Amino acid sequence: MSAGVLVVMETKDVRERRAEGGAAWHRVSLEALAAGQMLAAELGVACSAGVLGASAAIAPLAAELSARRLETVWAVGDDLLAVYTADGWTIALEQLIAQVEPKFVVFPHTYQVRDYAPALATRLGEVLIGDVAAVQMAGEPREPLFVRQWMQGKLNAVYRHRKPGGVCLLSVQAGSFRADAAKAGQSQVLEFAPKLAAEKIRTAPSEPIREAARTVDLSVAEVIVGVGRGIGEQENLKLVENLAQALGAELAASRPICDAGWLPLERQVGSSGQTVAPKLYLAVGISGAIQHLVGMKGAKTVIAINKDAEAPIFEVADIGVVGDLFEVVPALTRAIRG
Amino acid sequence: MKIVVAVKQVPEREAVLRVTPDGRSIDESDVAWTMNEPDAYALEEALQLKQRAAEAGLGEAEVVVLSAGPERVQSTLREALAKGADRALHVVTPESGEGSLAERGSLDVARLLAEAVKGEQPELVLTGLQSDDLGAGQTGVVMAELLGLPHATLVLQVEFAGQGGVGRRIKVRRELEDGWTQFVEVPLPALLTIQSGGNRLRYATLMGIKRARQKEMRELSAATPTQRVDEVVKVSPPLRLKQTEMLTGAAEEIAAKLVERLRFEVKVL
Repeated sequence: MSAGVLVVMETKDVRERRAEGGAAWHRVSLEALAAGQMLAAELGVACSAGVLGASAAIAPLAAELSARRLETVWAVGDDLLAVYTADGWTIALEQLIAQVEPKFVVFPHTYQVRDYAPALATRLGEVLIGDVAAVQMAGEPREPLFVRQWMQGKLNAVYRHRKPGGVCLLSVQAGSFRADAAKAGQSQVLEFAPKLAAEKIRTAPSEPIREAARTVDLSVAEVIVGVGRGIGEQENLKLVENLAQALGAELAASRPICDAGWLPLERQVGSSGQTVAPKLYLAVGISGAIQHLVGMKGAKTVIAINKDAEAPIFEVADIGVVGDLFEVVPALTRAIRG
Repeated sequence: MKIVVAVKQVPEREAVLRVTPDGRSIDESDVAWTMNEPDAYALEEALQLKQRAAEAGLGEAEVVVLSAGPERVQSTLREALAKGADRALHVVTPESGEGSLAERGSLDVARLLAEAVKGEQPELVLTGLQSDDLGAGQTGVVMAELLGLPHATLVLQVEFAGQGGVGRRIKVRRELEDGWTQFVEVPLPALLTIQSGGNRLRYATLMGIKRARQKEMRELSAATPTQRVDEVVKVSPPLRLKQTEMLTGAAEEIAAKLVERLRFEVKVL
């Protein structure tokens, strides 16, 4: 029976899990599950989910998934899937899709999905509609439209899949769907044994490593001053350091600042850095590319200072200042110090 | 060793963008263009690899820079040549209408680039991990699939694993999430998408700019577009998620207003 919607779940790498002792699911895959269930409900079709890995490792995960409102949980097990490789995942999922014949395949938009899903889509003669921030139903008969961001969030683009008889692949952006909206229920677990051959897996990954443990935990900070590209030069950082000091705040940054080596990587906020939820996030010279926003949009209050009135940071700001940070920041520091 | 770097020309970060009257794409008429920054990191990695290959006794490496688009993309290719690329390939597409980049989907653009790469038979193909304009983040991986090459994404560092010769492998360090990284061995030829932060971008020197004028820029004609599997229905500015209160005035006034808010509403002072 055709599943209608198939959600591809992602687990945290088993070795990372061992180091962190954390949950097995990648957080965003639970959000993808909620998105897949919602899409299936809107279309009046069944939703199934798949999990890939070594058979023994995924059995408990598949069992846990069976307590969700799904038609089938596909446990895609093979020793060659014990460790993630793009080739292994692409081959296994191509076979699973041929078996299940879904109309839609929903992925979490993670680094791992970005690594293999475009290749899988190409193999199927399809395109991944990636980093989807919202799904809208429209038209008659009703069909889903997918909202993606262009120009780092300055524009929204609405996409539709139009290949007749094709399968629509989409990945959902972190934080766009609520994991706790995923519905409970009961479903069967079916094992799927993909045909994999070791020589088809061309890359050889080694153990994930994490350099020196973090010494800064921004996730517990009450007040954060975040600095971005707008600061211009390293020597100007003094301005925001002074402001952070006056506010009793931790200093954080967007990726370009850490890439340039102006601040250590552990102070980076965003999809490749830390996720923070302070009482106040004061964004200085940060345009608000989505990769940064996903790391800080949980802040209770956001104040943004930026010279570009069109900057996406203002979409999540409670208070905005369109102006020259080189004037506003020193003035604010003086005013705080009284 | 030959390295092809695929680069995209994108609107400048600060560009004011308008939507075309049909509401389906970006109005390009007043846009200032620049090299997609993630691709600039890919180019930098290629230039450093060229240097390291020479130092490691792997012979003279050639860096070929590749882009698809209308006439305007030649300024970005020239910039790459000025930074040190050896020659350029330009897959020429119309400015607008049928066959233009805006009309072609990401699969079709990757096809154009892959066709050009085929003609070169390089050992390495590098590109940025995503574009700053459409942000699909898949051109590199799609190209790898079309070319039948193994790939690694979000690469921070590339090492030559062994000595020269066919069948050699490279070792790359990939970025994973949450501060994790991982080494992966990849056989050559291969495609890598480069993450920022693994190297520092260079500027073109005056001498480089002068030399770039003498370097080869070959134009290739683009294949007829294939039917898109997806379609852009509408492009518009995003709705604001929050009601943002904008503060105006001189810096001192703004500072005073902010302090009041920080004290009485946000309560952090």
